[in-house]
This record gives sequence, structure tokens and C-alpha cells, in this order.
Amino acid sequence: MTDVNDVNDLNDGVRDRYDLAVIGAGPAGFAAAVTAADAGLAVVILDAGRAAGGQFYRQPAAALRAARPDRLHHGWRAYTAWTGRLAAHVAAGTINHLTDHHVWTVERLDADAADGRGLAGAGSATAETAASPGTLFAVHAVIGAGGATGRAVQASAVLLATGAYERQLPFPGWTLPGVVTAGGAQAQLKDSLVVPGRRVVVAGTGPLLLSVAASLALAGAKVPAVVEAADPLRYARHAKALALNPGKLIEGAGYAATLVRHGIPVRPRHVVVAAHGERRVEAVSIARTDRAGRPVPGRERMITCDALAVGYGLDAQLEIALELGCGTRREPDGGWVLTVDAQQRTGVPGVWAAGETTGVGGAQLALIEGELAAHSIAATLPAGGFAVRAAGASRPGRAMSQTAQPSAGDGGETGSADRVGPVAAAGRSVGSAARPGRKVAKLVRRRARLRAFADVLQQVHTLPERWSDNLRADTAVCRCEEVPYAAVRDAVTDLGATDSRSVKLLTRAGMGWCQGRMCGTAVQCLVGELTGGEAKAAPAARPLACPVPLGVLAEGAFAPAAPASGTSPAPAAAAPPHAERPADPPD
Amino acid sequence: MTGTPRDLVAARPGPEFTVRVDGRPVPALPGQTLAAVLWAAGITAWRTSRVTGEPRGAFCGIGACFDCLITVNGVRDQRACLVRPEPGDEVRTRD
Ligand SMILES: Cc1cc2nc3c(=O)[nH]c(=O)nc-3n(C[C@H](O)[C@H](O)[C@H](O)COP(=O)(O)OP(=O)(O)OC[C@H]3O[C@@H](n4cnc5c(N)ncnc54)[C@H](O)[C@@H]3O)c2cc1C
Ligand code: FES
Repeated sequence: MTDVNDVNDLNDGVRDRYDLAVIGAGPAGFAAAVTAADAGLAVVILDAGRAAGGQFYRQPAAALRAARPDRLHHGWRAYTAWTGRLAAHVAAGTINHLTDHHVWTVERLDADAADGRGLAGAGSATAETAASPGTLFAVHAVIGAGGATGRAVQASAVLLATGAYERQLPFPGWTLPGVVTAGGAQAQLKDSLVVPGRRVVVAGTGPLLLSVAASLALAGAKVPAVVEAADPLRYARHAKALALNPGKLIEGAGYAATLVRHGIPVRPRHVVVAAHGERRVEAVSIARTDRAGRPVPGRERMITCDALAVGYGLDAQLEIALELGCGTRREPDGGWVLTVDAQQRTGVPGVWAAGETTGVGGAQLALIEGELAAHSIAATLPAGGFAVRAAGASRPGRAMSQTAQPSAGDGGETGSADRVGPVAAAGRSVGSAARPGRKVAKLVRRRARLRAFADVLQQVHTLPERWSDNLRADTAVCRCEEVPYAAVRDAVTDLGATDSRSVKLLTRAGMGWCQGRMCGTAVQCLVGELTGGEAKAAPAARPLACPVPLGVLAEGAFAPAAPASGTSPAPAAAAPPHAERPADPPD
Repeated sequence: MTGTPRDLVAARPGPEFTVRVDGRPVPALPGQTLAAVLWAAGITAWRTSRVTGEPRGAFCGIGACFDCLITVNGVRDQRACLVRPEPGDEVRTRD
């Protein structure tokens, strides 16, 4: 049907078919893409951002001409080394990096998809689930946020590296302007060099809070307090995992030192119980919590501020994965992530996952997982694969393997001498067995260490148990549809709803623009509390991962390049079409 | 040691330009998101919620929550945290 050398209609050198499609250009995605291209695969990256980096390595817009972007980043050297290699591959045509491409679905095209092979046992990845030479996927994207143009590319293997978004809990006043997510404050600061206010309280739980507070302070904002729900004494129980990760401790200590230098107090075992203000936040009330995580009466106090940056950890971005049928597991902090095996394979043949999608653990872990996934993919695809190799194109990976290479992360281990790029490339030509090699073994060890560390963080930074005690009847639980707590409560206690799906149908909570990204955790916890059942049920598949104009949707089946041909007059993202469809596919 | 974000990263942005927000000129730097431009001008609310009529602005800052919707050059429902304005852009709040 499609000749691999065809240039599609958009006429920008993008091929119709690749060995590997990487979705997401955060640390997991770019490390995987570079490693796979080093090994000789034809790689395409589709990412919603303008530049490689993802959430952590978000850099100031080029036009802002920042001479020292590193001052807002930990591990900047590792980033520039990786992106340098990425740029070399892009220049050589061995990686196509499609920026501002919002993937809304991934479709299985191969014959096995029809009989559902791989879907049944999707929860447990096995050796059987490696990409058989026959796997083939179509990755569908819209170009531009809410753009009217679509594009689809085919690939034998897919790597899901879509990262996470921040988990939120409602409290009275959380819809006031000036209340922003901690990660969002960080993102706008790194990207556009602004702070959300002059006096910014940072609150919630998790390691991100310290890094956000430190950046805000460095950028000139006054941070009157970091309000951390967790009890730091819990760290004492995990001394071993902490001791094995000196790099992570130093990173944390760096943030802590910045806080001390700026005189920023950290209030452990405290939560924000309300934000106050008329047209924007003017103050927050914080309260000490007891052992059960319940605010202690009479121990509340007010802090004046003009912004609040809040977040309760991260939830993996799983829409595309769930639709493909990938299995999930629950993390110590209650969030759901993808189940993968030691090679980062999901249970669906041809689909790998890395980074926060497989467990929230930070940028260094994401880099390592991305690399490991790429080694597995390179070893699995058949020799020669479907790779499209422009005759005589030089492989920057090989050329560069003599020069300084970053190791995954920036923990000081160089890993430059034993690159496997060329080795893996050679391995591909002789067979498909995984070829661990020293580098891979080392990456596996570092992954284990960092995962142990991430586990500790998650066990310490769980959601405060009695967070819902703060809710008032009129507190909006769902921001989009403005569904108050009373409606959610009544749906369960009076109308008999027993899960978030029925609450959603009865109240519209989670049916709005954000598709439950902001309220999903809260609704699930509330249903659990009110019914006395499981606090957080497994996430349900959503039909689309991002808003798609009707015209692009109408394209339906795979087409190599799909300029929107629909008749929908809908300008950019007039309405997410999923608002007009049942939000959940029937179970 | 209270600087600005620009000082911190030693930014030398291109020339400032103006966008019109409900007719009023607001300064912008090339490359910034519209949400950032509004924040820098001290504007945190630019939408009215449909049910209760509450003021809203940017919340997630990364394109996930859709609280920051705004009209740019007549195109409604743009996410201010993602859109990057250009000189002369006309922005309308509460459409
Ligand atoms: C808002 C926010 C701010 C954060 N800030 C920090 C911080 O300051 N310090 C820190 O240590 N950690 C931070 N984190 C944690 C961060 O997620 C990890 O440290 C690290 O970035 C994870 O890497 P990743 O590659 O797994 O995912 P990410 O870095 O999240 O990258 C995922 C990429 O996939 C893209 N993507 C997702 N879905 C789609 C789709 N459907 N179509 C196309 N592209 C898609 C995203 O645009 C993004 O570029 C932050 C997280 C969030 C959500
Ligand atoms: S602030 Fe959430 S989408 Fe813009």
C-alpha cells in the first residue's frame, strides 16, 4: 500500500512508516529515540511540546534568549548531551521529531489485532509479547493544540512515554484565580519566565514541592511557606533505599538549602484547608494534621498570599495505553501506572512504555527506562526491520560514540566507554535475542536503585487520609462541570452510585473538558469513602487522549497523511468531540 | 536576593510588543505563553464559569485542565497556557 520511501502530503520529509514511534519527548522518550536510532532503527517522535524536554526539562522559549536556563534545572548537562545527540539524528534524518503533534489514538493495524492477541493477558507482560515482526500500528495526531490538521504515521513498534500530570484534591476556594498547580507554576516559570504571584504559598505533598518552592524563590517570588501533608519521620523507616541514592539526596538537599537561604519554612504534617479571596486568592488557611491526617481543630492559621501552587503527586497519563489494552498496576501512593516487564514491555505485543507512565520516579529514572526500552526494541525487531535507510546516510550515533556521551541521568557514572549503540546495531543483523551487555546490566541496576527510592517517596507522600473532611457542600469537586461535593455525596448515598462511572453519569463530574484529569482522583476517593469500598478503582479507558476536531476524527481509518477534510466549521478545538460521545466505552 | 525570572536565567528577550486584551494594551515578550503574558500583567482571571459565574484563569499550566480558555483573534476556546501571542493579537476574555 504505502511505499516506505513515500513522503506524505504534508511534504516535510516525514515517512509513512517507521520501525519505532515514540510518543512523548520527555526524558523517557528522547533517551529511547536516541538509543534506538543509534542502534539503526528508523524512529519518529510525536510530542505535544515545541522542543524535546517534557515536563522536567522544559526550557525557556527560544525567543526569550536565556543565557543560563540551567539555573532552573537540575541535571542540565545530561539534558544538553542527550538533546545534542537527538539534534544530530534529526539533522541526519534518522529521527523525525514531530513537535506540536498531539496524539489522540494509536490503532493496531496488524492481523493479530483482530483476534485480540495480547489483550487477554495484558496485565502480565511475558516473553511472548515481544513485537513479532508482524506488529504494525498507526499513530494518529492532530497538529497544533486544537489544530484542524491531522497526521498519521505507521510503525512496527510503539513506545509510550507520555509522562504524567499532577494529581489534585479539591478544597474550599481551589477554583479561585491565583490557585495553580505546583507543576504548572514550575512549567510557566521554566517556559515563559513568569511567576503566578508575588507571595506564593506552595502546598500539597511530594518532592516536587521543594523544587517548585526553590525555583519560585530563585525567580524572585516570596514563598511564605511550603505546606507538606506528609510526616518526614516516615523517611527514617527507609534508610537503606535512601542511602543507596546519594545523588537523589544531594538533589533534595540542594532544594532544601535554597529554602533555608531564602528563609522559607517547611510545615510538615500541615494541609491547606481553604483558600480565601474575592476575585483571586488573598490568603490560605493551613492546619496541622493528627496521626489520621485529620486537621486538628483550633490549630488553623492564615497566611496571606496572592497565589497558591498546589499538588498532591503525579498521575500517569494513560489514555493511549488503556485504549491499546495495556495492563495497569497500583503504586504505593495509590496511583495507577502501566505494568511492564524487565525490558519495559507492556502486555500488548509491539508496545513498550517508559518513564512516568510505568511508575512515577523522576527524570533520571525516566532516562534509564527509555534507554532500556530502546535496547529491547532494537533487539526485538527483525534484522533490517522495516527501517528506511536513506542510502549512505551516516549514523550520527556511531559517529558520536567516540565522543563524550551522557549517561542516563547525571549521577556521575559516565557510561561513555561502553556504549552499546553500534553493538546493538550489529546484534540486530544476527538475530533478535536481547543482548544485555554491560551497559544494559548497569542500567538495570540503576533502575532498581532509583525505583526503590521512588517507592520510598511514594510511601511517605501518600494522600492525606482525611482530606475530604475539609469539603463543604458547595465546594466544587469537578472544576469543569462545577459539580459540588453535595451532588457527588448524594449520588452515592441517595441515588445508589457505587463507582465513579455512575457518579459521572449522574452528576457530570469528570465529563467536562479535562475529562476527569483534575477531579478523577477526588471522585474515586470520595466514592470509596462513601461506599466503604476500594478507595481508587482502576482507571477506565477514555476514547481520546486529547481534543480532536471533528474533521480529523471523520478521517477514521488510517491514512498516511490526513489534512482535515471534514466539513466541521469547528475552529481550533471548538469543543472536544468526546464531550459529545459517551465518555467511557461500554465495559 | 530577589531578582526576576529574567535575571535568574540571564534572558535577553527580543523586543517587547503589545497584545490587546479587551482593547487594553498589555506588554508581551516574544515566545511567552498568553497565560504568562497575563500573569506578568497581574491578570489572573479571564473567564467566567458557566454555572456559577465565578472568575477563572490558568490552573494546570500545561494544557490539561482547560480552565484557561480565551478568545484570540476571534478564535474561541484557545488554551492561554499553550498559545503564544504575536504582535497585534486581539484577545478577548469572557466570550
Ligand atoms: C506539570 C509538571 C511539572 C513537573 N516539574 C518537575 C520538576 O520541576 N522537577 C522534577 O523533578 N520533576 C517534575 N515533574 C515530574 C516529571 O514528570 C518527571 O521528572 C519527568 O519529566 C518524567 O519524564 P517522562 O519522560 O516520563 O515524562 P514527561 O517529561 O512528562 O514527558 C512526556 C511528554 O509526552 C508528551 N505527551 C503526553 N501525552 C501526549 C500525547 N497524547 N500526544 C503527544 N505528546 C504527548 C508531553 O507533552 C511531554 O512532552 C513535573 C511533572 C509535571 C506533570
Ligand atoms: S491552565 Fe490548564 S489548560 Fe491551560
